[in-house]
Amino acid sequence: MASTTAPSRNGPAGRQDTQPPHAHPSGPSVWRSRLHRWDTKGTPYALVAPFFLVFAAFGLFPLLYTGWLSFHRVSLYNVDRAEWVGLRNYADLFTGQVSHYFWNALLNTFTLGVLSTVPQLLMALGLAHLLNYRLRARGFLRTALLAPYATSVAAATLVFALIFSPEGGMANWFLGLFGAGPVHWEAGRWSSQFAISVIVTWRWTGYNALIYLAAMQAVPRELYEAATLDGANRWQQFLHVTVPALRPTILFTVIVSTIGATQLFGEPYLFGGQSGHQGGTDHQYETLGILMYDQGFHSSMLGRASAVAWIMFGLLLLIGLVNALITRRLRATQ
Amino acid sequence: MTTTAPVSDRPHRTAARPSTRAGRAGGQHRAGWLAHVVLGLAALASLFPLYWTLVAASTDSHAVVSSPPPMLPGGNLFENLTYVWHNAGGRGMGVALLNSTLVAGAVTVSTVTFSVLAGFAFAKLRFRGKKVMLGLVLSTLAVPAQLSVVPLFILTKNLGLGNHLGALILPVLVTAFGVFFMRQFLSQALPTELLEAARVDGANSLRVIWHVVFPVARPAMAVLGMLTFVQSWNDFLWPIIVMNGSTNPTVQVALAGLGTGWSTDWSVITAGALMGTLPLLLVFALLGRHIVGGITQGAVKG
Repeated sequence: MASTTAPSRNGPAGRQDTQPPHAHPSGPSVWRSRLHRWDTKGTPYALVAPFFLVFAAFGLFPLLYTGWLSFHRVSLYNVDRAEWVGLRNYADLFTGQVSHYFWNALLNTFTLGVLSTVPQLLMALGLAHLLNYRLRARGFLRTALLAPYATSVAAATLVFALIFSPEGGMANWFLGLFGAGPVHWEAGRWSSQFAISVIVTWRWTGYNALIYLAAMQAVPRELYEAATLDGANRWQQFLHVTVPALRPTILFTVIVSTIGATQLFGEPYLFGGQSGHQGGTDHQYETLGILMYDQGFHSSMLGRASAVAWIMFGLLLLIGLVNALITRRLRATQ
Repeated sequence: MTTTAPVSDRPHRTAARPSTRAGRAGGQHRAGWLAHVVLGLAALASLFPLYWTLVAASTDSHAVVSSPPPMLPGGNLFENLTYVWHNAGGRGMGVALLNSTLVAGAVTVSTVTFSVLAGFAFAKLRFRGKKVMLGLVLSTLAVPAQLSVVPLFILTKNLGLGNHLGALILPVLVTAFGVFFMRQFLSQALPTELLEAARVDGANSLRVIWHVVFPVARPAMAVLGMLTFVQSWNDFLWPIIVMNGSTNPTVQVALAGLGTGWSTDWSVITAGALMGTLPLLLVFALLGRHIVGGITQGAVKG
């Protein structure tokens, strides 16, 4: 493409003096117009090609390969020997020897997802509403709320693991101030899942609040003025002007958070320390992501891990389908 | 959820830019003291764990788990950081920091560049199959990282790329999110007249992209670059699989080694957490306002 640069640079610059800019090059350059046509026709494909090449190599191919692997027995230590086992891996998960762990992980993924997504988005919505007021120190407040986003899963989880530590952790000290007994956070099903969702919520609430704030600022002020004239108080304005206007954004964040929750891995893995790879001593916070890792890279069952990955994919497709239906419903009611 | 029809979808699309300005000039109402208190508490909750990381990282293994917990930094910070610097992840935190910087830097440059190109094509150019291709891009957003982990592991093992940084860069050279993000931005921010004018002046696509598209895209490139860098820096699942136990870890892998190892010296672990987060926090402290501004100016819209 570089060869086309030179002529077109000289060409139009010289012509501009004598001709109005709208004039088309007449006559001399058939090859140039051919190049031009080639340029306009071919360029779009050249521009989008990198994405599709990368996706083909590292998205689509692995997707199919994982599917193929899920029908095989493959050892971590001899990856080139795959033995066909049909649906055995799926059967193991649904009804067979690891079904207990699978259903447990599925349930945990769901409960952890709800625990970390719902409060997070509700708080983000409320905070965004407050940030949308005229504030003192608004720049500081926004930056402070986004700061957790700039920490990593590993760093944040390790610090919270210390806070929720059974011996001398800050959470238990704080409960102790109110006379509440120490909780063994890691050991209990609900207490451990609560602790993990605190980490997720801490990291993502501010980020979501800023996305909501962006959408709120795009709501025309006349709508609020009209609502004020109609006698709506602030709470009513929030419910009847802000929330409806934000519906597409809310839907977007719900989907993104749900996808994130379905793939939850780093927080439970690191929260458990030595037992993190199996989601706690009793698998009490094992998610599907953890199960896949544990089956594949601890138990050396790469085929079974692939089956878990494909089930996760199916779940995400289901979520996508539900989302599409809801979006269509919303459009239809308008 | 009761709503009146005209309010719903429209302002989100059409009025984005101008009223963003209006919003920035000052919200609808002045906030009362209650709003300030609530936001102040939220800011405190956001910042306290960061502060407490510093406190914990500067104590010793006994003081950090004493009751009541320490609230002021102790005198062991330098000692703990030195220990982590030399011992974390096999060859120390220095190697890990360098690795993460290389990986995140390469991924960011490549993702931003390719996203602008593809985003521009999807936003402003006409070509056969565009709708289908854009649909494909969007649908790949739902493909979870877990799906590619096992095949990529086998692939890298066969290619001899195990423990190699390239294995962390190649799969994320460009992302669907980046393409979609740039398309959203450019379809609003890049006036079609400007492109036509450049065309009439005889500029070919390469010149148009270089002299028109990239300058216009610059603010969005900054935001996408920041988001990509943070995401790549914080990537966990794939690095822990391909780099686990290696002497060539990223920061996250080195930290995971501290957290899941035999040592539960929390002051050392938090020193590692501090060191692994500090570069991002520094960037954030320097660019915080721009980052926040970028996100709030409609960076991400469904």
